[in-house]
Amino acid sequence: MGQRLIYLDNNATTPTDPRAVEAMLPYFYENPGNAASRNHPAGWVAEGAVDTAREQIAALINVDPREIIFTSGATESDNLAIKGVFEMYARKGNHIITVKTEHKAVLDACKRVEKMGGEVTYLDVDSKGLIDLAELEAAITDKTILVSVMWANNETGVIQPMKAIGEICARRGVLFMSDATQAVGKIPVDPKETGVHLLAFTSHKMYGPKGVGALFVNRKNPRVKVTSQMDGGGHERGMRSGTLNVPGIVGFGKAAEIAKAEMAEDAARTKRLRDKLETALVGMLEEAYINGSVEHRMPHVTNISFKHVEGEGLMMTFNQNIALSSGSACTSASLEPSYVLVALGLGDDLAHSSLRFSLGRFTTEEDIDATIKQVAEGVNHMRELSPIWEMYKEGIDIDAIEWSEH
Amino acid sequence: MAYSEKLLDHFKHPRNVGTLNKEDKGVGTGLVGAPECGDVMRLQIQVDPVTQRITDAKFKTFGCGSAIASSSLATEWLKGKSVDEALAIDNMAIVEELALPPVKIHCSVLAEDAIKSAIKDYQEKNGLEVTATVAAH
Repeated sequence: MGQRLIYLDNNATTPTDPRAVEAMLPYFYENPGNAASRNHPAGWVAEGAVDTAREQIAALINVDPREIIFTSGATESDNLAIKGVFEMYARKGNHIITVKTEHKAVLDACKRVEKMGGEVTYLDVDSKGLIDLAELEAAITDKTILVSVMWANNETGVIQPMKAIGEICARRGVLFMSDATQAVGKIPVDPKETGVHLLAFTSHKMYGPKGVGALFVNRKNPRVKVTSQMDGGGHERGMRSGTLNVPGIVGFGKAAEIAKAEMAEDAARTKRLRDKLETALVGMLEEAYINGSVEHRMPHVTNISFKHVEGEGLMMTFNQNIALSSGSACTSASLEPSYVLVALGLGDDLAHSSLRFSLGRFTTEEDIDATIKQVAEGVNHMRELSPIWEMYKEGIDIDAIEWSEH
Repeated sequence: MAYSEKLLDHFKHPRNVGTLNKEDKGVGTGLVGAPECGDVMRLQIQVDPVTQRITDAKFKTFGCGSAIASSSLATEWLKGKSVDEALAIDNMAIVEELALPPVKIHCSVLAEDAIKSAIKDYQEKNGLEVTATVAAH
């Protein structure tokens, strides 16, 4: 040990920017107020701090502050949007359209909707991870109330054609919701210009603290309403009861302000480092494949499969020094690899062989140089141990072997 | 998940990695698992035809750290054992030795299968009574 951990798992969570931490500190002890306490200065200070944060966050996505509903995170925002629309618009219809590569927070909220009598269409993606617009259009019926498509995928970084989807939804008169957890704060996200009516995102993926998120709900043309999923004091315009997490919201606001100012610079820097990492690994190692579209992709993410090497074992060669994620799920009893990669048409074997590198604001050139070296050594070591790599090298058709399932 | 020292040692310094000539009459080869399940083990034994003792064992494994450590340990245990003694190796002994967590027990099961499958191959090749039974999962 003694060595700094190289952190390339920023799609899981980002470190909190010290400037956001600094902004939060006065709201634990010095300013303890509840933002809903309207009758004394402590409450007013808290309310003022929340108002400022709401403005900072609204400014980041170019919306009105009154359109921001604070939640506990993107999972809650996704649930509130999907179940809230399903209940609110029950008289209009019961059909929701989403995509197979969505985050579980969306997919499982949709499954709940199905149990509540709703109907859900799960769109396929192509080998690049992108949906087919004609297929989306064809799936819309007179019962469709909501289309939910994530802005950028958490595993591959692939960005969907948001504006084109927004145009279809506007033309067909259905609401458009997006889980933009991985996009907000990293690339320009403007829901109004894109035709998105509900946008879910969270603080801890954009260098703010964990435990606070937001849902943008369009106020005008159309005026969108969601049925609250939490009963109580009627906070957040009745859409989300519960005492506001004032320090968290302040940190979220500060993180949004920093992101707005530094996004372009962060994106350009991480893209250069990501490209360096990707080019080096794919160039040095045989049978390494980038998963998902490279044209329509977040600047800080790359997902690479190293054929004939199992991702979790590979990670064990360097996980004392480097933190990242694998598409292999060898720890689960089912042994099922990433459903996102499988939806792209990857065989289970390639999905098991994948690593996701997600860079961030604090990633350095030295981090990337060390990662290239250690990952390449790990892949070579694991291939020396791999019987299927040996067979591949001998020209044996691995797909023709009758494997014993277990 | 924290792994035991023994497991990490077998993972970082795997014993007996390699390939024996599977055409050799004295060599038994077991190939178990499937790439789409994320685990493939190939375990080979070299048996002395006179003493029926295992003189050498080699493996190659595609899989997680526990799968690699389980097969490495299995080859270590096999060397010097008679075929009958080898057949008595139980997956739970591997679980205990490496302190495998519950979600990794299947790796030890796979290693036991690989041993039995290699012995079966050897016995079949040499026209011996097949005493190894490979469990179906």
